[in-house]
Amino acid sequence: MKLSFSELSARERVAHLLDAGTFVEILGPAERVVSPHLALLGVPSAFDDGVVIGSGELYGRAVLIAAQEGEFMGGGVGEVHGAKLVGILRRALIKRPAAVLVLAESGGVRLHEANAGLIAVSEVMRALLDVRAAGIPVVMLIGGANGCFGGMGLIARCADHTVMSDAARMSMSGPEVIESSHGVEEFDSRDRALVWRTTGGKHRFLMGDGDRLVEDDMEAFRDAAAALLGESRPLTLEFLLAEQALLTDRLMRFGDCKDAQDIWLRLGVAHPEQVTDMEAAQMQALFIPAGLVPAAGNILARSAPACAEGSL
Amino acid sequence: MNWQTLASALFGEAHTIERRGDVICGTAQLQGQTLAVVGTTDHAAIGVETALAQAKFILDTVQNHPGRAMLLLVDTQGQRLRHRDELLCINRYMAHLGCCVDLARRSGHRVIGLVYDQALSGGFITSGLMADSCHALPEAEIRVMRLPAMSRVTKISEEVLQALSLSNPVFAPGVENYVAMGGIQSLWAGDLQASLLAALADANTADQRAAMGATRGGRKLASEVTRRVLLA
Repeated sequence: MKLSFSELSARERVAHLLDAGTFVEILGPAERVVSPHLALLGVPSAFDDGVVIGSGELYGRAVLIAAQEGEFMGGGVGEVHGAKLVGILRRALIKRPAAVLVLAESGGVRLHEANAGLIAVSEVMRALLDVRAAGIPVVMLIGGANGCFGGMGLIARCADHTVMSDAARMSMSGPEVIESSHGVEEFDSRDRALVWRTTGGKHRFLMGDGDRLVEDDMEAFRDAAAALLGESRPLTLEFLLAEQALLTDRLMRFGDCKDAQDIWLRLGVAHPEQVTDMEAAQMQALFIPAGLVPAAGNILARSAPACAEGSL
Repeated sequence: MNWQTLASALFGEAHTIERRGDVICGTAQLQGQTLAVVGTTDHAAIGVETALAQAKFILDTVQNHPGRAMLLLVDTQGQRLRHRDELLCINRYMAHLGCCVDLARRSGHRVIGLVYDQALSGGFITSGLMADSCHALPEAEIRVMRLPAMSRVTKISEEVLQALSLSNPVFAPGVENYVAMGGIQSLWAGDLQASLLAALADANTADQRAAMGATRGGRKLASEVTRRVLLA
């Protein structure tokens, strides 16, 4: 039976992603490690501060894992939440798992403890990049209803790999923030279709910002994560020079586009209006040219998708 | 302090820092060593172009001037809040900038951040906060959000937040609060050149901000929680 990633809690996602019965939680709810700041505000706290961390196995291989609970403060990163993420990443340097899996669902910095959250996000970024430099892949799995925004959007793009469902969103500022800053003409946050094609999994996949696109299904996330175990992509000078070239090229090619559909058309998608209705598997098949190694393919612009002949 | 005054205070005439758009960059001489200097001015909104321009300068330095120390000058209102930037995946551009700073540190460049005017959220996370150590001028302003906005988000009265912020630095803007939490290593007052030289001489490259926050009392739990995860 298909299990929706987006409808499960963080703890359920972890249980279903890993091999059955292998998850061992660290600093679980019983330890009552809560935010000291929310209590001062009279705001209810959570015994895990909104993030589940621990170890387990995926197809028999040891992994470390973290999952943010979007139902608690939108997955916002506070002092304790951030410190748990830093802890599990540093633990990876000692335990050397096949990967660190991060099930990200977060609006970014938790505004109730804003200053601590801001520093925490940068600490997570540095800890993550230490893990990446050690040759241990960090894999972001994004599929929750709250998306992956703000500081978590930055952290996601520091990881070795990003897997998104077509229901997921990844971005920096939320549409509401942009609308309140520059008006509804700039970004209509209530236009769901606009929001999805600007920040959603399909657009991110077509642009190469998400490496893999999967259905909103635990088994699909599990298989995508399993395929990336041990697939490290160290950040070398060459890698970042290629990234610089890709991002410069992107500005030249798409900097004047007003809508995601303009970009898709320019990418060679013959019928951009059909993208919304496509299944993730169809998109994967069309846009990853056969034989392209995912680890290396990522840095390449998907300039000539296999659908360029008009199959889409 | 504007960037020209700051550059003069740090380097006198011995610098080639120029402004291109909102980005400032160039090199400077300080007691026989050359520094690469890059940052933003005019409370820049960090958009895809601004992030990319800074990243390019940093990569050029790593590629062509191995080991050259870097100074990141921070004055930003945060990320640019535009539909176009989100469409182009601004978080990837900003993360790239952060990764370039990280590569520089890892490749043996000493990287110092300095908040000389204003630092907000995303624009700060991917520059100054990725340095070996980040410092600030006493008159600088650092924040995620002001108390009135925080009051709206949290639905807690501004008076209550104001009162809480007297005893807990996580709530209110201010450089002193960031010092107490370990996010800012020190405030540079008086002889700025001496402060920069001291920061450059400090050879520590590990992230000790959580430990500093605990010692200084502004962020009591972060270091302990991380330690418990490691020992579990």
